[in-house]
Amino acid sequence: MRYLPLTGHDRHEMLSIIGAHTIDDLFVDVPEAARLSGPIAGLPTHMTELAVERHMTALARQNLVAGEAPFFLGCGAYRHHVPASVDHLIQRGEFLTAYTPYQPEIAQGTLQMLFEFQTQVARLLGTDVANASMYDGSTACWEAIGMARRITRRAKAILSSGLHPHYVSVAKTMARYTGDQLDAAAPELTAETDIERLISAVDDDTSCVVVQYPDILGRIADLRPLADACHAKKALLIAVVTEPVAMGALVSPGEMDADIVVGEGQSIGVGLQFGGPYVGLFGCKEKYVRQMPGRLCGETRDADGRRGFVLTLSTREQHIRREKATSNICTNSGLCALAFSIHMTLLGEAGLRRLAGLNHAGAVRAAERLAKVSGVEIVNETFFNEFTLRLPREARPVVRQLADRRILAGVSLGRLYPGEEALRNGLVVAVTETTTPEDVEALATNLEEVLA
Amino acid sequence: MNAINQSGWRPERPAGAGEGAPTSTGNKALMLEEPLIFEIGDERTAGVDFAEGDVHHDRLGGLTRKAPIGLPGLSEPETVRHYTRLSRQNYAIDLGLFPLGSCTMKHNPRLNEKMARLPGFADVHPLQPVDTVQGALGVIDELAHWLLELTGMQAVAMTPKAGAHGELCGILCIKAALEAKGEGHRRVILVPESAHGTNPATAAFAGFTVEDIPATAEGRVDTDALKARLGPDVAGVMITNPNTCGLFERDMKAISDAVHAAGGYVYCDGANFNAIVGRVRPGDLGVDAMHINLHKTFSTPHGGGGPGAGPVVLSAALAPFAPLPFVERDAGHLRLVEEETAGEHHGQSFGRMVAFQGQMGMFTRALTYILSHGADGLRQVAEDAVLNANYVLRRLEDVLDAPFAASGPCMHEALFSDDGFPEGFSTLDVAKGLIDEGFHPMTVYFPLVVHGAMLVEPTETESKAALDQFIDALRSVAERAKAGDQSLKTAPHFAPRARLDETQAARKPVLVWKEPAPEQQAAE
Repeated sequence: MRYLPLTGHDRHEMLSIIGAHTIDDLFVDVPEAARLSGPIAGLPTHMTELAVERHMTALARQNLVAGEAPFFLGCGAYRHHVPASVDHLIQRGEFLTAYTPYQPEIAQGTLQMLFEFQTQVARLLGTDVANASMYDGSTACWEAIGMARRITRRAKAILSSGLHPHYVSVAKTMARYTGDQLDAAAPELTAETDIERLISAVDDDTSCVVVQYPDILGRIADLRPLADACHAKKALLIAVVTEPVAMGALVSPGEMDADIVVGEGQSIGVGLQFGGPYVGLFGCKEKYVRQMPGRLCGETRDADGRRGFVLTLSTREQHIRREKATSNICTNSGLCALAFSIHMTLLGEAGLRRLAGLNHAGAVRAAERLAKVSGVEIVNETFFNEFTLRLPREARPVVRQLADRRILAGVSLGRLYPGEEALRNGLVVAVTETTTPEDVEALATNLEEVLA
Repeated sequence: MNAINQSGWRPERPAGAGEGAPTSTGNKALMLEEPLIFEIGDERTAGVDFAEGDVHHDRLGGLTRKAPIGLPGLSEPETVRHYTRLSRQNYAIDLGLFPLGSCTMKHNPRLNEKMARLPGFADVHPLQPVDTVQGALGVIDELAHWLLELTGMQAVAMTPKAGAHGELCGILCIKAALEAKGEGHRRVILVPESAHGTNPATAAFAGFTVEDIPATAEGRVDTDALKARLGPDVAGVMITNPNTCGLFERDMKAISDAVHAAGGYVYCDGANFNAIVGRVRPGDLGVDAMHINLHKTFSTPHGGGGPGAGPVVLSAALAPFAPLPFVERDAGHLRLVEEETAGEHHGQSFGRMVAFQGQMGMFTRALTYILSHGADGLRQVAEDAVLNANYVLRRLEDVLDAPFAASGPCMHEALFSDDGFPEGFSTLDVAKGLIDEGFHPMTVYFPLVVHGAMLVEPTETESKAALDQFIDALRSVAERAKAGDQSLKTAPHFAPRARLDETQAARKPVLVWKEPAPEQQAAE
């Protein structure tokens, strides 16, 4: 077996040094009834690298690759071009095969990268500080709600109807066990967001209001009045960003006085990968830093006075605090954070702004073209790179029909909100720098044909 | 023969360590100091070229960004150099033995990376129509089949994103099962004091009260104490097996039977599954739920702290409560059971834990790894992992205290302590001394049940020669500690950094870079 270096001779020699006759002697503590006498029957035995490659490639071929079709899906995962150097660098063995930096003297590469990542994320989200990443946007969102409960000592969270329905589902799952009370609703297929409803709903029992920016339908609303309304009631405003590229074109939630800003960082540096691994972004105001979940990297000095970095504030964490920890999280999404950080460094301020501008311009042109398809209306007045169409009939079968024509048309709201009759004609369409004018034309003409 | 230097040459002790003519750059040949991107980049530079074309901001609702964000950019060559230089300040499996106990730092085959990057897996959106992602669902289904066969369990929840997330999944299944039986009043989870910190943190997060169960003198769960505590308020137990002292819990089946008889459930922390894969099926030990760290046993890369993946195998009793979404085979066609379709057969599911379908990129890697080994190779994995650990244990027990060596063979990790060190010397000094010898230290001060613990997990991907080098190095450092060698107190001497001041970092946290004040700039 190519990954196992011990030879038969080694094994024999080592057993004799240990004082054991056979390998079975080392498993004596396993009760006899539970010992397997040989390889589990019915499972294949070892394969050559070539054979594994054939097997996996055959599976991969059964998928319709996003890059091989006109592609318009978004709703929390976006297809952007990632420069080749990003993937090259994250495959450096010193990054790929390192562990969590528990021994900082020999992990400065990972630690400095995390410090840079934290700074990039904080600036992007407009927060004072950011952590070293979370599993993904949906879990970061839930952790933010829990953090607001700890800070305000209140348990009622008001969720915007524009929050990604998977994020709402995750929060609902967790809230059942933590006792949080969630006020959530499905969105309406209108140009207006529910900011006004949220403003009037904040009360003295509210721990936080959670609002997505831009929201699940792509709409954009000014968060400042909502932040003021929250703060007047001593509640926190949590903003969720699922498309961080938008921050290159928009005022950030932190700049609009959101207290905690979380996000899905997948768009920058991390591919679609059928949903994971992704990278959760988590930033907040400095005064709340000791209530943050997850790993934090901080600057310090070494014994010789040189700048260095360490994991810090670990007294919040499970390995120290056990049942009193702020979160049970042990892992972050280090390698995806690295990919994010490298891509962000390649972009820089100028590149991110240009990228965001191209995304928005492409989306505006696509919306104009799709609005000309008979029976199709654009729901949004505002959007960044994603907007919602109202089709003359249920969107879900239309998406399937278009997939049969090898066009990945977008995300039907019927998929995201099963059972919501008022949303079933909605189709969310995302456009990025990877979308060509030919792609848009293909979608428009095929949509026209399918709807006819 | 001295395995550290095959020639037999041995350096003098580092009396003049780190001395020599200082360089003007602060660099030391291949050891290069690297500034932060904020110190070398600027906001006009980009390492990416973009298509020509007009850019306008007409649909942003008046929220167009005007103020700068403050993101420095670098050209591509500068970017490659920055991160390559940073990478060289890291220790990694690719460089040498990484014996972190409980972390299973084994070789990461590059075939796994190659397969995960096939466009059919890497460039597929999670919300594509299921007919267009049958191969991706096929990976999940095939990996799930392997995990069930290897563990002897009934169902598997694939979506948890990491080990601790998997623990949460299992504990929520237990909670949902109790509520379904009208036994929501069971609020206590019993956790051995040797458990990973994530166990009590998870149970507490789910609203349970955590009670410690003591260990016996031989390093196992005190079965009598555990049985005595069972009762109508106990929801279940969380047990790590093999445990964090590196020992197999011999009484696991009896414990499971007792817990079940008392109306509770058994959660097994599967962090140490590498020791028994292919040799023992947790399902045969009465386990109800166990997470599997794909980044440990099945060698998806640790990546400097993630991403991981923590699928949870479940017994028949807990299977109905598994989270959404999951993959179901339906006459040759694979379908994704989501909120919409769950009602038919899976109305008891406790809900969704994450957006989308879980860590697909990790599934692809883990399946590649599993197929490479096959059923026979995986069994050999456990055997070699256990053999390597026992070899380390027996070769070092004369120089380092091994508190449970008399308990019999260890599993995949060997536990030592700093008992017997002179005043002022401890496990930390051994760890830092090992760094100078070119090794990553073992896990230190865990498990908490052993004072000054050193937990060594070599894994099966180390050769005997690599083990011998490590053993000689650890022996030499331990002997220095026992001899009171003061140079150990300031180790490491040869790492990119000397010991770092963690107290200062926590007292006044600096978590983001800020432009230095002008007078400071002038001073530098």
